[in-house]
Amino acid sequence: MKAAVVSFPGSNRERDIMMALERASGVKPSLLWHGDAEIPDTDLIVVPGGFSYGDYLRCGAMAAHSPVMKALKEKAARGTPVLGVCNGFQILVEAGLLPGALMRNASLKFVCRQVHLRVEDSQSLFTNAYEKGQVIRVPVAHAEGNYTADEDTLKKLEDRGLVAFRYVAPDGSLSPEANPNGSIRAIAGIFNDSKTVLGLMPHPEDATDPHAGGMDGFGMFKSLVNALH
Amino acid sequence: MIRNTKITAEVVKEHGLTEDEYALLLKIMDREPTLAELGIFSVMWSEHCSYKSSRVWLKTFPTSGPKVLQGPGENAGAVDIGDGLAAVFKIESHNHPSFIEPYQGAATGVGGILRDVFTMGARPIANLNALRFGDPKHPKTKHLVSGVVAGIGGYGNCVGVPTVAGETNFHPSYNGNILVNAMTVGLARADRIFKAAARGPGNRVLYVGAKTGRDGIHGATMASAEFTEESEAKRPTVQVGDPFTEKLLLEACLELMAEDAIVAIQDMGAAGLTSSSVEMAARGGLGIDLDLDRVPVRETGMTAYEIMLSESQERMLLIVKPGAEKVAERIFAKWELDCADIGEVTTTGHLVVSKNGKVEIDIPVAPLVDQSPLYRRPHVPSPKRPEIKAANTKVVDPIEALKKLMGCPDLASKRWIWDQYDHLVGNDTIQTPGGDAAVVRVRDTRKALAMVVDCTPRYCLADPKTGGAQAVVETWRNLTAVGAEPIAITDNLNFGNPERPEIMGQIVGCIEGMGEACRALDYPVISGNVSLYNETNGQAILPTPVVGGVGLLDEYTQTVGIGLREPGRALVLIGETKGWLGASLYLREIAGWEEGAPPPIDLKRERKTGDLVRSLIRTGKVAACHDLSDGGLLVAIAEMALAGGTGAMLAAPPKGIPAHAWWFGEDQARYVVGTSNAEAVLAAAKAAGVPARIVGETAAGSLTLAGGGAISLGELRAIHEGWLPKYMS
Repeated sequence: MKAAVVSFPGSNRERDIMMALERASGVKPSLLWHGDAEIPDTDLIVVPGGFSYGDYLRCGAMAAHSPVMKALKEKAARGTPVLGVCNGFQILVEAGLLPGALMRNASLKFVCRQVHLRVEDSQSLFTNAYEKGQVIRVPVAHAEGNYTADEDTLKKLEDRGLVAFRYVAPDGSLSPEANPNGSIRAIAGIFNDSKTVLGLMPHPEDATDPHAGGMDGFGMFKSLVNALH
Repeated sequence: MIRNTKITAEVVKEHGLTEDEYALLLKIMDREPTLAELGIFSVMWSEHCSYKSSRVWLKTFPTSGPKVLQGPGENAGAVDIGDGLAAVFKIESHNHPSFIEPYQGAATGVGGILRDVFTMGARPIANLNALRFGDPKHPKTKHLVSGVVAGIGGYGNCVGVPTVAGETNFHPSYNGNILVNAMTVGLARADRIFKAAARGPGNRVLYVGAKTGRDGIHGATMASAEFTEESEAKRPTVQVGDPFTEKLLLEACLELMAEDAIVAIQDMGAAGLTSSSVEMAARGGLGIDLDLDRVPVRETGMTAYEIMLSESQERMLLIVKPGAEKVAERIFAKWELDCADIGEVTTTGHLVVSKNGKVEIDIPVAPLVDQSPLYRRPHVPSPKRPEIKAANTKVVDPIEALKKLMGCPDLASKRWIWDQYDHLVGNDTIQTPGGDAAVVRVRDTRKALAMVVDCTPRYCLADPKTGGAQAVVETWRNLTAVGAEPIAITDNLNFGNPERPEIMGQIVGCIEGMGEACRALDYPVISGNVSLYNETNGQAILPTPVVGGVGLLDEYTQTVGIGLREPGRALVLIGETKGWLGASLYLREIAGWEEGAPPPIDLKRERKTGDLVRSLIRTGKVAACHDLSDGGLLVAIAEMALAGGTGAMLAAPPKGIPAHAWWFGEDQARYVVGTSNAEAVLAAAKAAGVPARIVGETAAGSLTLAGGGAISLGELRAIHEGWLPKYMS
């Protein structure tokens, strides 16, 4: 699997996700810069976490209009899989590749902690190594991860099985304490209609090492390798 | 020379110079200075920049050793960690600004220390912080906690450096002067450490990073005076941080450092362009010419005085070989940062600064730096306190005392704080906040660095020498408890007004104790910072010499944490327990008594005990380890139980020691380990001549004292985790 990681001034988890991709695929991903107007042929495009352009405006709003995102949108439209994590999720939402919005956390504070996610769909490119309903432990680290969308969008996401992950208690049940940011319906990650684009707030890449955060996030990268070789 | 302001006695006083100091200035200049020149002397001779009250004592620290690559005097210190790599680290205070404007004060404190480390050519891999706030009941405390924590997080999180460890205490002595000490640890190639000595006349002086504004003018002078009611009017002297620009500056500088272009580099920290240019020139024994018309500014009409003294953040001064400007310009353009050629290195030995084609500043650099005032201020030792016998202290039920201690502000969980810090970015954090020390992996090797900050101010007040030694020893012990070999320290000396002999006595005592401990443990001081005048209306803070320690693990998988994870393991107490309650947390929180001599430090015993514990960890004989500090044995075991989710059944205290002294005494040089191989642990202790005894066994669900009550982990957790979120809500 050949992956390309897009980085912006202010990206800061690109190294984390490049390590995770390499651990799963054995292939070093390439790194793209925000001004790149073209994206070479690749099996997967990743938008990593960080604070693109400082995120002084709405998170991801500036990055969504960068040259590389124009190229990314074209690739995505032609079916190249795209993964957006944390700031990457925010950027994909701002770029219109995923519906809804990410608001300030309900606590109004940055939150970095381990959370539990329930895998809502195990048939996708991104989640085929997991079981449906499996609970995984991965960290979050963000100030604006409070997902929201209008009722019609939520209904569509639920009806078509486009909710990828939800924040849950360790036993898989929904509870307000298990939701770190106040996201509606405890939504942690969503797919686009064709399930070729996934955006999520948590950091599976920081759970791909038995000595640093455990291995629960590795399944996502393994899934991608399974699907994209 | 432009002279439009008459230098009157009043103007001199406003610049914080004494009459004698001004007389010395006149002697050096051999004429009346311009206002801009006076401003430069004022900041360079401020306590903050010149260490004039502490320098004679700082010289007594041991600063060398086989692993030391760079001791004090540069932007940060560096030690060799093998594999051709160096750990670069330093701690610095941002106390005064954080009290006036907590968010920006704390944020720019983090920004400043990050720059000190990446200036050396190191990529920062971790941040730590040591915070001291006033009485939780004081009306300002909550607002300050909230702002400082948000500021530290806001900056570090954005730059993408994990904040992995710290400590937070509360005491009324900090009501008017909080302490915000920030530490950064970075990694560099040992043969590529960048320094700040100007070399090569004709070399170019480049200004890179953010533009210069009017913020922070005279921050260093503010940090060198006591607070009064009017201090809050000084808010404009607090700088504003921009972590995004810092991140770009970090990447751009490291990229440029990979090229063969930089001769010297210095961060524009306190006193901005002034201290960076003066210090670089002084270290190289050369002069520097600057043309201020070429400095990127973000406001119009700035005077030479303002440009030279601005403390605008995220700026660096570089000296590059002629021709290398082009390389720098290309890299900084990529990162969309300013890069301006503002002058050159000269042989004149003078700092010559011109604006609008006219020379406004012409100061001989060597005397400005070398003849800066140096004071051996009068000092009186702190009065000796009596030992307090356990038999004369209040006795309460141990479970009740434990509940009170685990929920008191100093011991309550600080999760509310570290939840706001990204402590995972980089994916190398092996031990996260909440343990004895953080452990961060050295990428592409099997190694890891352990790091911690510590100080017990109530011991320092009770006996400065013992307290100073204890601060060093506690970091050493915490690094040991995660299996690391302690290498070196950085220190942040926070005290009151040194012009008061009793405060100076605290400074001298603490430094003496720290130096002694460093020598005994082969644990040199490689960098540091001094923050004096932490007083408001004559009320000084507790003496707070914060120590930041760094240690090395050759194999990161060997580290152990504090958590007890399985029932049926033995708990072994290593070290000698007499039941010392003087100056203890038990005495303060339970008896309401801040009295007595602190527990004595025996450095030989510390070393012997720590070496034993480290070897037990490294040979896989223990599954969990925790050093004993605030609150003593029972608090340590309670913390271990909560961290791993497994309780314990504890044996009754041995005969001859009152129960409360056994459970809560703060005797030093002690650890508790959890092990499935107690025989091997006891045998190794016996062979090393270190006392050790089994004090209990891990058991699911609760903490039970033989014949003395029990508490469920659920209740204990609610108490321990509950205080801070409730207080802040």
